Formats: sequence, C-alpha cells, structure tokens
Amino acid sequence: MKEENREKGYDFHEASRTETMTINMGPSHPATHGTVKFFLTLDGETIEDIDVEIGYLHRAFEKECEAQKWNGVFPYTDRLDYTASVLNNVGYAMAAEKLIGIEVPERCQYLRTMISEMARMSGHYTNVGAGALELGALTAFIYFIEARELLWDLIESVCGARLTHNYVRIGGLTNDLPDGFRENVKRVFAKNRKLWDDFDIMLTKNRIFLDRMRDTGGISQKDAIAWGFTGPCLRATGVPYDVRRAQPYLVYDRMNFDIPVGTTGDNFDRYLVRMEEIKQSMSIVEQCLAQMPEGPINVDDARWRMPSKDDSSTRMEPLIFHFKQVIEGPSIPVGEAYQAVEGANGELGYYLVSNGGGKPWKCRVRPPSFALTSALPLLVKGSLLADLIPTFDMINLIGGECDR
Amino acid sequence: MMETVIALIKNPMVIEFIVTMVKIGFIFGLTIGFFAPMLAWVERKQSAVMQDRVGANRAGVFGFTVIGLLHSLADAIKLIFKEDFIPRGAERGLHTLAPALAVIPALVVFAVIPFGGQYTLWGLDVNLVIADLDVGLLYVFAISSLATYGVVIAGWSSNNNWSLLGGLRASAQMFSYEVTMGLTVIGLIMYYQSLSLVDIVAKQENFWHWGIIWHFPAFVLFLACAVAENKRVPFDAPEAESELVAGYFTEYSGMKFVMFWTAEFIEMVSISGMCVALFLGGHHIPFLTQKFLLTALGDIFGPDWGGVVVMLIGVGVFITKLVILLVLQMTIRWTMPRFRYDQIMKLGWKMILPLSLCWIFLVGVGILTGVMPTP
Repeated sequence: MKEENREKGYDFHEASRTETMTINMGPSHPATHGTVKFFLTLDGETIEDIDVEIGYLHRAFEKECEAQKWNGVFPYTDRLDYTASVLNNVGYAMAAEKLIGIEVPERCQYLRTMISEMARMSGHYTNVGAGALELGALTAFIYFIEARELLWDLIESVCGARLTHNYVRIGGLTNDLPDGFRENVKRVFAKNRKLWDDFDIMLTKNRIFLDRMRDTGGISQKDAIAWGFTGPCLRATGVPYDVRRAQPYLVYDRMNFDIPVGTTGDNFDRYLVRMEEIKQSMSIVEQCLAQMPEGPINVDDARWRMPSKDDSSTRMEPLIFHFKQVIEGPSIPVGEAYQAVEGANGELGYYLVSNGGGKPWKCRVRPPSFALTSALPLLVKGSLLADLIPTFDMINLIGGECDR
Repeated sequence: MMETVIALIKNPMVIEFIVTMVKIGFIFGLTIGFFAPMLAWVERKQSAVMQDRVGANRAGVFGFTVIGLLHSLADAIKLIFKEDFIPRGAERGLHTLAPALAVIPALVVFAVIPFGGQYTLWGLDVNLVIADLDVGLLYVFAISSLATYGVVIAGWSSNNNWSLLGGLRASAQMFSYEVTMGLTVIGLIMYYQSLSLVDIVAKQENFWHWGIIWHFPAFVLFLACAVAENKRVPFDAPEAESELVAGYFTEYSGMKFVMFWTAEFIEMVSISGMCVALFLGGHHIPFLTQKFLLTALGDIFGPDWGGVVVMLIGVGVFITKLVILLVLQMTIRWTMPRFRYDQIMKLGWKMILPLSLCWIFLVGVGILTGVMPTP
C-alpha cells in the first residue's frame, strides 16, 4: 500500500489540505429576502471574507425625483424606508420648507412629531420582530407583527394607507386627525404595551436568545463613529447621538423622552436600544396628543400648500394657484438645503437643490443603512456564518433606503 | 383441504406470525397513517393558537373544512403529484436513497417499544411489542444512529453548498447527542437492571418506581437530547431556514421531501415512545395495577373480553402519554429561538454529558447505599 502511494506521489499534506468554500448568500435567500447578496468565503463555518453586493432594489430614486414636481416626490419617499414611511415624508417636507423659508403651524408640527414616532415604532417592531424570526422565534415575531398591525390601523385611519403611508405635504399635511383617534390610540397602546411585555418575556432574558445576540456583531465606539454609524446602532455603542436631541426639529424640544444607550455595541445592545425606543416613542405620541393645540394644519399660503378643493372650486385666486401647482409645481426659490431627521435606522438626511423651477434640481438622500451596511464586513469577518444572521438583521438594511 | 387450513391456522408459528403482522400494521398505521398527518395539523393549529392566529382552515371538501384537518390530505396529494427534481451534478443514486435512509430507522426503532402490556386472550399470549429484545435499548441507539446517514448523504449528494453545510452540522450534532443520550439512560439501566424495554416497563407497574419519579434529572436531560436528536427548534441548526435555506434537504422536492418531513415527525413519535417507556411507565396507570384492572373488568366482561378491554385501555394510556410529550415538544418548538451550531455542541459536550455522568454516579451511590430502592 505504501509503495503504491509513493508511486502515485501520495502526499499526506496534499490529502489533508483544506480549502475555503465560496458561496453566494442571496439575493434569493431567506435571510436576505431579495434585497442584497453576500459573496462569502467560508472556512468551515467561519466567515473568512464577505463581499456585500447591494443594489437589488435600486430604482433611481434620486434621478426620478428630478422628473417630478416637488409634491410628486412624496410617493417615492414613502418607499425609502418602507417600514417607517412617514419619517421619510417628514424629512423631505422639512427640507423643502427650509428651502422656502416657511414654518408650518404648531398643530401640524405636533401631528408630524406624533406620526413620526408612530413610524419609528413601526420600523422598530418590524426590525426587532424579524430579528426574532430569523433566530427561529416565530411566535415572538408574530406578537410584534400584531402590534404593528394595530399601529397601522391607527395610521391608516389618519392617512388611508397601510404600508406606504403618505401623509405629509410641503407646508402641511393631507388631513387632520379623524374622529375618535385619541380613544383608539389609548386602546391600541394598552394592547401594544402588553404585547411588548410578552415579547420582552419571551426573548430578553431567554438564554438562547442572549447567547445568539451577546458578543456578536460588536463594534467599538471609535469605529462606529468612523464608519458613519447613526441611530440605534451608534447609540448601542454608548454615543448618545440622536438628531431629535442634537438638532431638535418639530416639537421634540418640548417632549420629555430618554435616549437609551448601550455599552458594548453588540447585537444585544442594539436590540435593547430599539426595544426601549419603542416605549419612548409611545410616550412621545401620548405627550403630543396631550399638548396638541387646535388650529390649522397647513400654512396659509397657496403658493406652497395646495388650496383646498372647496376653495379652488368657488374662488378665483385659489383656482389659479391650484392650476399653477398642478401644471408647473410650486416654484421653490433658488438655493440648497439640508435637513436631517432621526429615521428609524439613524440620521436620515435630505439635501435638496432648487433652481427655481417646479421640480427639484437635485434630491440627495443620506440613507442611514448605507453607512451601516458598508461596515458589515468589519462586523462579521472571523465570526460564524450563523452570526451573520442576527448582525445583518440588527444592522437593519432596508433595501428601499440603502439602494434608493 | 379445510382441515389442513385449520391445522395451519392452529400452528403456533402461524398464529405468532399473524399476531406480529397485526402489531406491525398497527405501528405503521399509528406512525405514518395517524401521527405524521396529525402532527402536521397539530403543528399548524398549535402554533396558530400560540400566536393568536386562526391557522389552516382553507382546504375542504364541499365546504367542510373539518377544523383544517383536510390540509394534511391536500398536502399529501399536492406533494405526490409534484415533480421529482434531481439537480444537475447531484449523485443520482444516493440522492434517491437518502430520504429512505432517513425515514426507515425512525420507523424501525418502534419495534422494541412496548405500546401495551402482556395479556392472555383465549389461551394466547399477546405481548404488545413487535420484538421483545433483551438488548432493546442498545438496539434503539444502534438504529437511531443510522438515521444520521440519511441526513449526511442527503447533504453531500445534492451538490449544493448549503446542503453540505446542513449535512455536516447534522452529522456532528446527531453523533454528539447520541452519545449524551446514551449516557442519560445509563442510570435507568442500573436502576431497572435490564436493557429490555419490556422489562423496564413491567417494573414500572408501581407508580413509585416510574422513571420520572427517581430519575427526573435524567428525564430532563433525555428530553433535551431527544429534541436535539430530532433536529427540531431550538436545535434545528442543520435545517436553519434563515441560515442554510433548508439545510440538507434544500434540493429535495415532492415525495422525497415528504419523506424527510415524515421522518422528522416519526422520529418525534418514536423518541417520545422511548421516553414514555423509560420514564412515564409505558401503558401503566398510576396506582392501578394491571391485575386489579383484569379482575375488575373480568368480572364485567368475562376473562377474555375483559383482557381485550384492559389491552385497549393500556394502548390508550400509552398513546395519551405520547401525545402529552408531543404537545410539550411542539410547545418548545414554538417558544424558543434557535441555538447557534457551536452552542449546540457546547451544550451537548460541556453541559449534558458531565451532568449525565454526575447522575450516573449519584444513581450508583444511591443504589449501593440503598437510598434508591431498586424495583
């Protein structure tokens, strides 16, 4: 036998040589759900190298905006972070208003704050719930999906849509709150608090969940800042940066809320930060409803906010403005503006440039999940394949927002 | 002619053959015919109840949905008519063989699990176990480790990297948990001083000698190993959907897919059957001996028919205990998230294995000092 092997040039080192395995994870993989592809190099189960390929949901958002009138951009913004769509509306509208130099009425500001926080809750419910789902805890996922459904019922009663909530306009809102909204909020929030507690019991102190989330996908404070992290992922490292506090907009300076921060920046801290933010958002919504004054919801300036149907069909001047808005779009003054809001994933910034026409000359979005996703190789290299799943989930790549 | 037939039927070997065939038929019917589709239904409905949903209720005949029970039938029909797809580059022979290798050991394990006691009916001794082996427990472990082959071969022959990873995970996991599972029952073997499951069940006639009373830690460890061995949540790393698509059976479709799927359910049933026989007293009812039942019911129905009733009660009790364990496993499945692959190994080798060794030591001390009276 030995002779034979020697003749064939049998080499023990050659025979026991190991190779790395390259494997495509996605786009049609249960964890990447069509929005991203990882090109993995695996040594056993350890990730040697990872190549993140984004762009599967690229819709040329920024170019498309240049072909739309200022108000026509709103439906596109809904589809950026589709788990928290009103937040995108709010950011865009505020950037446009900054460009014009108008301030919306107080009631409108309260309503925008309230609906933003509802959107944030919806985004966090989806993210944390999906995180549980991808670790195999389907029941916990369904609990949060129920909470999100109830929340969407509320948002639906306000704006009429269930997923791509389209509520905000330049200079105002589409409509005021419906009747009985406060009672519904009270009822839904009571139920959601219960669901939150159930979810918390099922996962937060669950040893298996802890083992999966603790010490995986961690990043240091310094690295997180260097990679442009914002939102819950940055706060999980212990940096208390929140656009709502750092550059208060709308009526956040009147709200009483905490900014939860983590200590280690691992997946579990990201989870905890999001869970606490859901609670804080609920309290902000309640504060908004308590403090909200009566009054108009739109600016009283027909150049920016489309006149109401009643006005435009009975009076001449509103009719002219209506016509001009529909045919030409609002002629926003020449200039540029940047406005950031705290999105569900972090700082969501809009940089708008106007050349005085009825359409944006440039509409650039600073998507938080793009910066987060670019750091993904740093977070998972050297860890196990199974760790990629919670890390990727807690990074929360939203294809619509990252790829635009 | 007639006389030879009667003589043949009266031949004890022929009678034994017929009785054995009936028992095998019963076990087949129970596992494949009853538990596999029922568990699919329970899994759907129980998860629905736990998750505040309605669950499967669409499939129906002439508008009768029978609380979703017909879904299993609809699934079966759908899957039978599905294309049997073998991916290009796959090892055709092994790819076809693997599902059979997965499902057969799960079924064969049931041969030594007693699903009732011993009865004398019309002068005929009926022992409700297909094969009363002296080494029943060893047989169970020997056979159930064969199931690993099905999984590994499926993973390897599919020519798919995800399948391969799943197969590797499954092989490592099943081998390690086989070892730990074997060790968890050593204490029981010492206690009952037998490897035959029939003997073990017979010695549990007295409620205070049930395995779960004296060996509760072993019961917990055994159940954990059993869930891991069946590769169900929280130990479903080999088929972890969000990680490995579907693990080792990613490339399977149609009836071959069903075979893996039934194998999982049948494994659940057989491992629960083991658990009932080892820890929960088999067919025995607490504080009611078989002798008492036989005399009490014999007075009413006569000795032979009384025996039949006692036998039916025994089988019913066995199945009830089985169902309780199955529902427990389902509840675990729908409550827990999934372990990571290396954590499963750590749990097996660093937690369950030392604990079961400790338990063996404690049982040994207990038996020697007489603290734990053997039956």
